Amino acid sequence: MHNSDNINNNERRDFIKLTVLGAAAAACGSAICSCSKDKQPKDGEKVKLLSADGELVEIDAKHLRPIPKTVVVSKEEARRGIPGRKFVMVIDLARCGNARKCVTACQKMHHLPEDKEWLQVKLMMDSPDAAPYWFPKTCFHCDNPPCVKVCPVDATFKRQDGLVLIDADRCIGCKFCMAACPYSTRVFNWSEPEMTQEMEGLCYSPETSVPSKVGTVEKCDFCPDMVRAGNLPDCVTACPNGVFYFGDENEDAVSNGDETVRFSQLIKDRSGYRFAEELGTQPRVWYLPPRDRLFPVERSLEGMPENLKDRFKDVIKEM
Amino acid sequence: MKASISATEHLKYFAPQIEKVSKSTKAWIVFLLMLIALGGVALYQQIAYGHIVTGMRDNVVWGLFIVNFIFLIGISYAGAILSGLLYIFNVQWRRPIVRISGLLTIAAGLIGPIFILLCIGRFDRMYYLFLYPRLQSPIIWDVMAICTYLVGAVLYLYLTLIRDFSLYSDAEFLNIPNWKRKLYKTLSLGYRGTEKQKSQLKSATRLLAIVMVPLVVIISSVLSWIFGMTLRPGWHSSIFGPYFVIASILTGVGVIIVIMWIFRRLYKLEDFLTDKHFTYMGFIMLVLAAGYGYFTFSEYLTGWFGSEKWDSEVMHKLFDPAQYGWWFLWSNLFAIVLPILVVAIPRLRKPGPITLAAALMVLAMWVKRYLIVVPTLETPLLPLQDTRTEYVHYAATWQEWALTVGGLASFLLIFIIFSKIVTIVPSSDYIDDEKVAKN
Repeated sequence: MHNSDNINNNERRDFIKLTVLGAAAAACGSAICSCSKDKQPKDGEKVKLLSADGELVEIDAKHLRPIPKTVVVSKEEARRGIPGRKFVMVIDLARCGNARKCVTACQKMHHLPEDKEWLQVKLMMDSPDAAPYWFPKTCFHCDNPPCVKVCPVDATFKRQDGLVLIDADRCIGCKFCMAACPYSTRVFNWSEPEMTQEMEGLCYSPETSVPSKVGTVEKCDFCPDMVRAGNLPDCVTACPNGVFYFGDENEDAVSNGDETVRFSQLIKDRSGYRFAEELGTQPRVWYLPPRDRLFPVERSLEGMPENLKDRFKDVIKEM
Repeated sequence: MKASISATEHLKYFAPQIEKVSKSTKAWIVFLLMLIALGGVALYQQIAYGHIVTGMRDNVVWGLFIVNFIFLIGISYAGAILSGLLYIFNVQWRRPIVRISGLLTIAAGLIGPIFILLCIGRFDRMYYLFLYPRLQSPIIWDVMAICTYLVGAVLYLYLTLIRDFSLYSDAEFLNIPNWKRKLYKTLSLGYRGTEKQKSQLKSATRLLAIVMVPLVVIISSVLSWIFGMTLRPGWHSSIFGPYFVIASILTGVGVIIVIMWIFRRLYKLEDFLTDKHFTYMGFIMLVLAAGYGYFTFSEYLTGWFGSEKWDSEVMHKLFDPAQYGWWFLWSNLFAIVLPILVVAIPRLRKPGPITLAAALMVLAMWVKRYLIVVPTLETPLLPLQDTRTEYVHYAATWQEWALTVGGLASFLLIFIIFSKIVTIVPSSDYIDDEKVAKN
């Protein structure tokens, strides 16, 4: 209790300071959350900043407070979701060449070790005669989520903005949600997650899912903290080919960072579909069929590191 | 069985069982404690390093622990339903079997849930199940079912013990320490065998016996729905409820036969646990094995014939000799064909062969539980493209085996402790015979 009061006070203090500094602080914002240990800059170091009035001012660097890149909200708010929104993702299979930038960006954003992938890129071949294609897979944030149905303690929940999140402070680690999810989306912390220096002081929220907690389940969360701050999830912006479109079904708009398009029109024009519709889970992730591919699978396999290529050996054999 | 033996005579015969602990029993207890300690070492490692010490990973999220859980809790259910049914139908040969199945119910019912606790990542948050329960989760159904069941089973066993406790505390000739006599006196709740007490006890026992039978059917189905409610092939099956009910009872009957045989040898109970008992239990086993075989056949025939892609992948794993094929074949032969054959052929219908068949069947049923849990989890919908072999195939670690053996040892230990407190054949049942003989 005492601890959380402190955090709140800190937040309030930071907020006041931030208002004073205005846009200045935002300009030098770093990814450190408000409850992180302050790294005190050296005395006497001066920084030039543009004030809200448009004047150039020089102030002591120690008066600057880093602001979080993301927005930290209360547990209640994290469970409720962002009012009026209905998040949706469209993944364009025609553009994916398995560059894996989405995977690494996701891992960096969530401080995941190299072998833990919330976002996976599978090599699919629907039948021996069908053409192979790359299949990036996030959590589908189903509207009828089998994982949420089976959770005994309300640790995983469906929000009004469509997201399915996990509260790792509530999770008892029964792994029933993992058994129930037909898409192998969820991962478990089998041992104490390694803490890196940049994770120090990060305060956990179901919206950031960081830091990981031993004995609990975690998964792709569609980066709601980024969305609150008005940014696209990191996988979307990291993709060099604009595979991922993220947006709001209520606004009927999705963006891959380069272009913003009408969601309904995109699905209509490009024959969008949802994976394994027959399971009745009603995913919030749509796929555009891999027609007129930018990258043939054979070419993207060339030059791929052997250990990575090894993953796809069963499919490569059939190709 | 001697028909007109008196209760006191009977108790005199059984006195050594509760009076003293023989050297070999002591050696057994020490041995079992050592096995439990080994499990303790494994448990320590699991707590210290996390579940990484088990063979479970992101695809096969459940392993030996869940297998042991459904195996043991199933045996427990079987003990309850069997003693309940035998009581309701007032089967005359039931006496020694009711006590054994009652003890089995409690021993397996206490150890089974421990395995589910071992499987849970955050043991320290177990109380969340009661703090934040969500009714739509089959785990919460199971928590409610097992809690209800354990209360019912303990009460039922206790009711069947009250007359014995009263008999023991009154039996002057029993060479037992004072504290034990006092314990019996307290536990007998002042039962003196008056007509009123008799009828009250009888109606209470009968009522609980009647409640236990449907209760076991319901909770055994709930157990299966942990699997049946998911979208996975090999689990998502409408017959899973009854399939689990019959599989549980079959396994339990097998365990009871094995225990009957052990106690008969250990305490020289040939007069009480006669060949007839083995034959009757054998008949029950035969009927259940046939029913279980029928369910198995329907389950795998429909899965195989329908040839839906995801289903077929699991079926292929079960039928392929290079994967689980041999295990699948042998587990079904031992669980279905062998018990039927041994009991059906008159020449083999003897305690020895029946017990051997029952023991093999129980082992096969454990393997079968493994084949329900693991191959399905090894077959996700999306291709498993992972170079880490432990993520693709489940292989139990020594820690999991040690905890399994430790659990089994605790189960046996509970049994031994019980057998030092109450007689394996309820002496009090012979009070009524005494009356009949006098009249």
